Amino acid sequence: MVETIVNGAENAHSEKNQDYEPFILGIFCNWCTYTGCDQAGTSRMQRPPNLRVMRVMCSGRVEPEMVIEALKLGADGVLIGACHIGDCHYVNGNHKTVRRMPVLVKLIEQYGFNPNRVWLRHISASEGAELTEIVKEYVDILKKIGPNPIKKKK
Amino acid sequence: MSKSQTTDVSPASFPESKDIRIGVYVCHCGVNIAGVINVDEVVAYAKTLPNVVVVRQYKFYCSDNGQAEIGRDIRDGLVNRVVVAACSPRMHETTFRRVLLENGLNPFYFVQANIREHATWVNMYESAGAQVIAQDHIRMQVSKARELKALKPQKVMVRPSALIIGAGISGINTALDLADQGFQVYLLEKDATIGGHMAQLDKTFPTMDCSSCILTPKMVDVSRHPNITIMAYSELESVDGFVGNFEVKIRRKAHYVDQGKCTGCGECSLHCPVLVGNKFDLGLSPRKAIYIAFPQAVPGLYTIDMDACIKCGICAQTTVCEPQAINFNDQDEIDTIEVGTIIVATGYDPIDPTNLGNYGYGRFDNVITGLEMERNLSSTGPNLGHPVRPSDGTSPKSIVWVQCVGSRDTREGYHPYCSRVCCMSAIKQARQYKEKHPEAQCYIFYMDIRAFGKGYEEFYESAGHNFGIKFMRGRLAEIQENPDKSLLIRAEDTFLSQPIELNVDMVVLSIGLEITQDSDQIASLLAIQKSSDGFFMEAHPKLRPVDSLTDGIFIAGTAQGPKDIPDAVSQAKGAAAGAAILMAKGEVEVDPYFSIVQPGLCSGCRSCINQCPFGAITFDQVLNIANINPIKCKGCGTCVSTCPSEAIMQNHFTTKQLMAIIQGVLGGK
Repeated sequence: MVETIVNGAENAHSEKNQDYEPFILGIFCNWCTYTGCDQAGTSRMQRPPNLRVMRVMCSGRVEPEMVIEALKLGADGVLIGACHIGDCHYVNGNHKTVRRMPVLVKLIEQYGFNPNRVWLRHISASEGAELTEIVKEYVDILKKIGPNPIKKKK
Repeated sequence: MSKSQTTDVSPASFPESKDIRIGVYVCHCGVNIAGVINVDEVVAYAKTLPNVVVVRQYKFYCSDNGQAEIGRDIRDGLVNRVVVAACSPRMHETTFRRVLLENGLNPFYFVQANIREHATWVNMYESAGAQVIAQDHIRMQVSKARELKALKPQKVMVRPSALIIGAGISGINTALDLADQGFQVYLLEKDATIGGHMAQLDKTFPTMDCSSCILTPKMVDVSRHPNITIMAYSELESVDGFVGNFEVKIRRKAHYVDQGKCTGCGECSLHCPVLVGNKFDLGLSPRKAIYIAFPQAVPGLYTIDMDACIKCGICAQTTVCEPQAINFNDQDEIDTIEVGTIIVATGYDPIDPTNLGNYGYGRFDNVITGLEMERNLSSTGPNLGHPVRPSDGTSPKSIVWVQCVGSRDTREGYHPYCSRVCCMSAIKQARQYKEKHPEAQCYIFYMDIRAFGKGYEEFYESAGHNFGIKFMRGRLAEIQENPDKSLLIRAEDTFLSQPIELNVDMVVLSIGLEITQDSDQIASLLAIQKSSDGFFMEAHPKLRPVDSLTDGIFIAGTAQGPKDIPDAVSQAKGAAAGAAILMAKGEVEVDPYFSIVQPGLCSGCRSCINQCPFGAITFDQVLNIANINPIKCKGCGTCVSTCPSEAIMQNHFTTKQLMAIIQGVLGGK
């Protein structure tokens, strides 16, 4: 398994494929980012149609396996949405996510993925506008990086 | 908190079914969804998904007819899992869960695919993209639906007691409404007296009621009410627990005067040699270092301002303080209270216009704020109700009110929102001044006059017609000070489309309202959210305007956004009703999203124990496994992702369910 992925290892500077539509899986905490995403909708803030949203109660619930599984199945990017530090509904679940991230990024790099394939962003319940900008930025970056190489292997 | 507050937390008792028949119900939401994507195609797509046996569409599934259609399919035995593709689950999850329950199906066999907020509303002009997202969201929830487990809602007891944070007009009204219904109320106030900003006002628009005359009787009612405990000069220290069972620690700041012994006679203040600016009068009048904020203060007991006190000890002499109440060694104390509900009524801070350079506040003597004018107009204020120019103490012959100072201003550091009270407040102040000085010239420079309340428009009309107040439409460009300390105003009269200059004796800046400086700390302690304008965020702007996103915590008054006194009082009464509903029922259902340790899988490594911020996980020394207390567990799931043995399962967010979503949406399953 690992070998297959390493063979498909990416180089951020090689191929630039802007023609594809990146598949972004959002894993959003219920209290801040999911609500902020709702607010973006209620306010009709338009964003590129690349984001699918999975709701968890807290970003602390996000297992590294979930990110790996999504990338393994061809997601171009995973956007973890958490409360701002100090605002966690569960005191400090988001601190734990923050601490897991460097390891997770290192891990996906070892699998051969570009480290930008997983992002953690702090987006509060009132930051629909910020979410919209982050998604736009992420889509741009993922277009520059090109599609998840696993998709080609399939 | 350690006492069990539960009535029933037994594990799921509904029978599991191997036979999974999923019904997908695609809502048009009028044109909100159907106007962007092709619902027929969505329906055709959903029919191709495994285990989906029924797919229907309807204009509004949240309506009676829509709910009935789902209910019929359940009763007819067609479906036993329900996916509604519609708005956000934050909007209607409870609505549809009730449909399942009423029709004999476990309510947790329901999931909602958000295809409105997260698809059609954010891709309104990209129908092809929205179509893909909508179908992906349905596939995700259908995948989860296959893995759903029946759950039993947890019921928790709600204590019949409330904490109200902030004792302004909102907090006072909430306190009285709850206390009159028999609930125990703790009224927390950071200042030494209750009353808030309303106590500083002279008259209230549009009825010209004397603010003190309508407020102080309420303050007295609060102090005499057997069910209300006033905790003045106190601050929130920590908040623990959850709806119905909050444990709150409160810092009672040291008064340096024994509040049990002080009789409020005021001898100490008469003898105190130290004079400082009185915060209640915005520093416009002096007070002593040992003080009460104003004569009608409740509680009317004295406090020593230790920043000002020189510890001369005069007040402590027995000839001055007979009851021997002075205690220079007084210390802060921490009180712990247990309450069922919390109401946040922390109010607002007036915007500080010092940094608005072009208005010269702080540099020019005769530029004052609206709140300072209010104290000037008050018969209990520094000038006993006769406003004077700060530079020379004479009555100004001409005054300009400048509207939207700090509000409706998109520049960095100011506020884009309308503060809602400044128009009416300026008109009221101008009218009050005109009543005393009919010969004076009063101008109001405005962008729009927002006279939206009952009787407000009539009040505004009358100010121009009957009192001769001049309304000038145009924002002020700058203010300059003349050598005689009068002021030169430069502005544009947008009706005449020409610049104007005007020399006046005094300028009043109608400063707006902003959230209090300690609001971040309060939001953090209570785990409630703030809106982008900085004010506390309501659970729904239309339908739940007094609820926070956290169960059992409500928001009242200007803490939620700028509002005038009638609106603040209405909201306070609404928040009281919201809290009373919970406390009157005495118990509340909470989502059973707690985590469970599967004993056979737990290796006893204890990694999870210190991950839990609520101390819900203990170690069973006998069985050598971790154990989660479902009452203490708040259902974040952090322990689940920590467990190296995958031994912990979070209800409704199991690893299997979340992985199914990912595999479903990406693997096409």
